[in-house]
Amino acid sequence: MTQINVRVDGVTYTDDVEPRTLLVHYLREQLGKVGTVVGCDTSNCGSCTVHLDGVAVKSCTVLAVQSDGGEVTTIEGLTPQGGDLHPMQRAFHEMHGLQCGFCTPGMIMASVDLLNENPDPSEHEIREGIEGNLCRCTGYQNIVRAVQQAAGEMRTQGNGSARPTHAAPAEVDTAAAPHVVGQA
Amino acid sequence: MTAVEDRPAQAPEREVGKARRRKEDARLITGATTWTDNMVLPGMLHLAVVRSPVAHAKITAIDVSAAQEAPGVVTVLTGRDVADEQGSLPCAWPVTPDMVNPGHPSIAVDEVNHVGEAVAVIVARSKAAAQDAVELVDVDYDVLTPVLDMEEAVAEGAALTHDHLESNRSFHFVFDGGEAGTGTDTDQAFADAEVVVSRRFVQQRLIPAFMEPRSVVVQPQGDNYTMWSATQVPHILRVMLAMVTGVPEHKLRVVAPDVGGGFGGKLQVTPEEVISLLVARRLGKPVKWTESRSESLMTAHHGRDQVQYIDIAADREGNVKGLRCRILADMGAYLRLVSPGVPVLGAFMFNGIYKFPAYRFECDGVFTNKVPTDAYRGAGRPEATFAIERIMDELAAELGMDALELRRKNWIKAEEFPFTTVAGMTYDSGDYETATQQALDLIGYDELRAEQQRRRESGNPVQLGIGFSTFTEMCGLAPSRVLGSLSYGAGGWEHASIRMLPTGKVEVVTGSTPHGQGHETAWSQLVADRLGVPFEDVEVLHGDTSVAPRGMDTYGSRSLVVGGAAVVNAAEKVVAKARRIAAHLLEASEEDLQFTDGKFSVRGTPGAELAIQEIALATFAAHNLPDGMEPSIDADATFDPENFSFPHGTHICAMEVDTDTGAVRIRKYACVDDVGTIVNPLIVEGQIHGGLAQGIAQALFEEAVYDADGNLTTGTFVDYLVPSAADLPSFDTGNTVHEAPGNPIGAKGVGEAGCIASTPAVVNAALDAVRHLGVRDIRMPLTPERVWRALHDGGDGGDRATAGTNAYGGASTESTSGVSTPASSLGGDR
Repeated sequence: MTQINVRVDGVTYTDDVEPRTLLVHYLREQLGKVGTVVGCDTSNCGSCTVHLDGVAVKSCTVLAVQSDGGEVTTIEGLTPQGGDLHPMQRAFHEMHGLQCGFCTPGMIMASVDLLNENPDPSEHEIREGIEGNLCRCTGYQNIVRAVQQAAGEMRTQGNGSARPTHAAPAEVDTAAAPHVVGQA
Repeated sequence: MTAVEDRPAQAPEREVGKARRRKEDARLITGATTWTDNMVLPGMLHLAVVRSPVAHAKITAIDVSAAQEAPGVVTVLTGRDVADEQGSLPCAWPVTPDMVNPGHPSIAVDEVNHVGEAVAVIVARSKAAAQDAVELVDVDYDVLTPVLDMEEAVAEGAALTHDHLESNRSFHFVFDGGEAGTGTDTDQAFADAEVVVSRRFVQQRLIPAFMEPRSVVVQPQGDNYTMWSATQVPHILRVMLAMVTGVPEHKLRVVAPDVGGGFGGKLQVTPEEVISLLVARRLGKPVKWTESRSESLMTAHHGRDQVQYIDIAADREGNVKGLRCRILADMGAYLRLVSPGVPVLGAFMFNGIYKFPAYRFECDGVFTNKVPTDAYRGAGRPEATFAIERIMDELAAELGMDALELRRKNWIKAEEFPFTTVAGMTYDSGDYETATQQALDLIGYDELRAEQQRRRESGNPVQLGIGFSTFTEMCGLAPSRVLGSLSYGAGGWEHASIRMLPTGKVEVVTGSTPHGQGHETAWSQLVADRLGVPFEDVEVLHGDTSVAPRGMDTYGSRSLVVGGAAVVNAAEKVVAKARRIAAHLLEASEEDLQFTDGKFSVRGTPGAELAIQEIALATFAAHNLPDGMEPSIDADATFDPENFSFPHGTHICAMEVDTDTGAVRIRKYACVDDVGTIVNPLIVEGQIHGGLAQGIAQALFEEAVYDADGNLTTGTFVDYLVPSAADLPSFDTGNTVHEAPGNPIGAKGVGEAGCIASTPAVVNAALDAVRHLGVRDIRMPLTPERVWRALHDGGDGGDRATAGTNAYGGASTESTSGVSTPASSLGGDR
C-alpha cells in the first residue's frame, strides 16, 4: 500500500492504495465518484476521462499513485453542488448530445479540455479533438453541435474552464429541431 | 392545493411534435447515474469467469485447488458443481418444429464450443482477487477440430460443432409465396424470365458494442432475490430466469437501472446472469459481476453473420418477376434467446418495397464454434434490406438502366397503400416517390452526378459514386398472433399504467425499458397532451419488475409504437373515469361534458368546470363519489398491435473512392425517413443519426474476425473499429409523415431505420464510383485493402473472392447467370 494525497473536486483526500490501482478505480471504488465510468480495458473509449491538473486524461491509463499531490476534476466536480451547469453540460442537454449517457461524462470532460486548448475549433477540429472518446448512440453529430454551442458561449464569456454564470436552459430551440423537408 | 393552483392559466401548447429537451439528461450529464456497476452492497462478493481459450474441446479435468487457496477467494465453482441446478439457457424462438437445439449450460460441463465460454467461476472478496485467481485454474482440454466456416459446415462430411448432433444444421426454414398463396410459382417465374441476376453477399459478423459493459448484481434476502442487470429486457429476463433456475418468479425482482446502450446486445438471458443468481443462491451473499470490454466483445452475443445467395428475375424493360433467397445464418455454438428468429424475421422483408409476383426464401441456421449470434439493431431487416438494395443495383447494371429508375418502375405507389406483399406483409402507409424526391433535393443530386461525370472524363484517381437505399422495415414488434404463427415463445403486447396522485401529479408506469431512447421525455409528452397536465408534472417509471410489473421491454423499434400506445390507452381510461366523477360533482350528464386542456366543462354552462387535478384530489378525499366508484382515477392498459408498422425512406450516399489507395470517404449523406407521427423531433433525429453511424460502420469499419483456430482477433477496441467522430460525416436528414394507421399515436418506430437503410446505400455508392472500372462487388467492411483488391484483382476483394461455393447445389453464384442473358459485359473491361 502506498499513501497518496490528492485533491478531487475540491476536496483533499489522503488514502492508502495498492500501487497497481488505476486512478479510475480509486475514484470509483474508494471515493465513490461513480460518475466516471469504465468502458474498455485498452484506453480506447475515453469513458473514464477526467482532468488531472487541468488536462484531460483517461483515468484508466493513470495509476492512482501518479495523481499524488495532484488535482483531479471529475464530471461531479464540473458542477459544484447546487451550482449551475457548466456550459458544456448544458450544451450537451440542449443539443441532444447524448442518448444512453454512458460515454457522456468522459465526452464532456474531453470536450472542455479541447476548448481550453482551442477556444474556436472548426467542425473538423472538434471531430479530430474528440476522437479518443467513443459514443455508440449519437453518431456524434449532436455532440459536435454541443461543442460548437459551448465554444461560442465560453468565448463570449471570455473564460475557458472557469465557471461562468448563465441563464436558465432554453425551453425549446427550434433551430436544433430536425430539418423537416416536407409533410405529405 | 398548491399543485392545482399552480397549473398554467393558459391552454398548454400541444406537446407531441415539440423538440423537448430530455428529462433523462439531468442525471446523465452530471454523473448522478445508477449504472449497475455502481452498486455496492454490504458484504458483496465479486465474480470472475474462467473462460475457454480454445474454440472446441472436451474438458478432461479441472483443477481449482490453487485458485481456491488464493488470497481473498471464497469459492470456485465449475460447471459440474452446478450441473444439477443451472438448467439450459433459454431459446424462446423454435422457428421450425424440428429445430435442433443442443442446449446451453451457463457454465460448460464436459465440452467447450467457443472461445470465451465459461468453464468456472471464481467468487472472491474483491474483484482484483477474483481476477487474479482466474489464472490459477488449471483446465485440461482435449482439443477438437473447430467448425468456423458456415459454408463448409453444411457440406458433406463436415466436422461437427456438437458431436452428439447429426449435422451442423439447426433448422431449415422456408417461406414460399406460391405455397403461401401470396405469390406465383417462383421456379416458373425464373424459367420464364428474360434476365436473371445472381449474387452471393456476405453479411459479416458484427458486435453490438454497447458502451456500458454488462454488469449484474444479485442480492439474496432469505429466499427472495433482487437482480440488477444492464439489460434491455428485465421482464423477459425475470420470466426466463425463473424457468431456468427454479427461483420462483414471485421471489425474484429484476431491475434495469440506467443502462448504457443495448442495440439488441442486451436483449438476452446471459450465462453470467444465470451464474450470478446461482452463486448468490448458493452462498446467500450479494454478488457482482462486471465484464471487461475484451470479455464483452468475446462473449456477449454477436450479430448479422449471413451468407446470402440472391437471385432476381426480370424482363428486359426492368419489371421484376421473381426473387429467390437462400441464406446461411451463423447461429454460433448455441441458440440464445432469439437467435433463430433473427434471419426468419428478415424472411418477410427481402422483397423490400418492390412488387414481386414470385418469392421464395430458404434459410439454414448453422452451428459453428463461435460465440452465438442474436439480435443486433435491426435484427433480420438490415440483412434483408442489404440484399434487396444491392441486387436491385446489380439488376440495373445488367439491364443498363438507371438504378433509381429501376426502383421507380417496381416500387409500390402511394395510392396502392395498404399493400400486401408477396411475403404476406401488409404495408401500412407511405409515399416512396415523395421521400425519394426530397432526398434527391437534400443531397443536391444533379450537381453530384455532374461532378461524377467530370471525374470520370478526367480520369481523376478519386472517383465519385452515388448510392441509393429505398427501404422499408417492419417495426412495432409485434402482433402477438403473428409471433404465435412464427412460433415465438411470447407475445408482442405492452403494458402501461397511469396513477394520478392526490396533488395532481402523474406517475406513468411503462413496461418498455429504455436504454437511451428518451422514454421519460416522450411518454411525458404523450401523457401531458392526453390528460392536459404540464409536461413537468409527469414522472415515468420503468425498468424494475416491482415498480413496472408487466412488460415486454425494448427492442425492435417497439417502444413508442406499442409501449407508447399502451400509455395512450391508459390515459384514455383515466379520462373516462375522471369524466364520470366530474359529471357527478358538476351535476351534469357525462354527454354534456367536454374535456379540453385538462378541464371538464359543461357545455352551455359558463364557469361549471373542474380540472382533472381537482378530480384526482376529490378521489383521494373520496367524500363525494358516484355510487360504486373506486376512489382513484388510475388505469391500466395494454396494447397489442394488429399489424407491424412500416417506416420507410430514401437514403442517398455520395462516396469518394481513391482508386490508387482503395480509401473511401463519405462525401455527403442525405436521407428522408417516414417514421409516422413524430412525438419528439429531437429524439427522432438523434435516433436516425445513431442508426446511420452503426449502419455506415457495418459498410466501412466493423467486422468480428476469427482466426483459423477460432480465436476472436478483434477482441478489443483497438481491433474492432467502432467509428469515432473523426470517422463519420454530418448527415442531412429530413422527414415525410404518413401516420401509421395501426396505433393511436400514428408512430412507426425509428430506432433501427438509420442502421437498416444506410449500409446498402454506402456500398452501392462505392460500387457506383468504380463500376465502370469493372468492379461488381466489394465485401464489407470496405477497407482500403478490400477496395484496392476488388479494383486490381477482381472479385469482391474478400477472402473468398474466387471460391464461388454454393451450399445449395454447387451452381456458381459469383457470376451473372440467366436463361437468356448474355454473359455479363461488366467483368474485365478495364
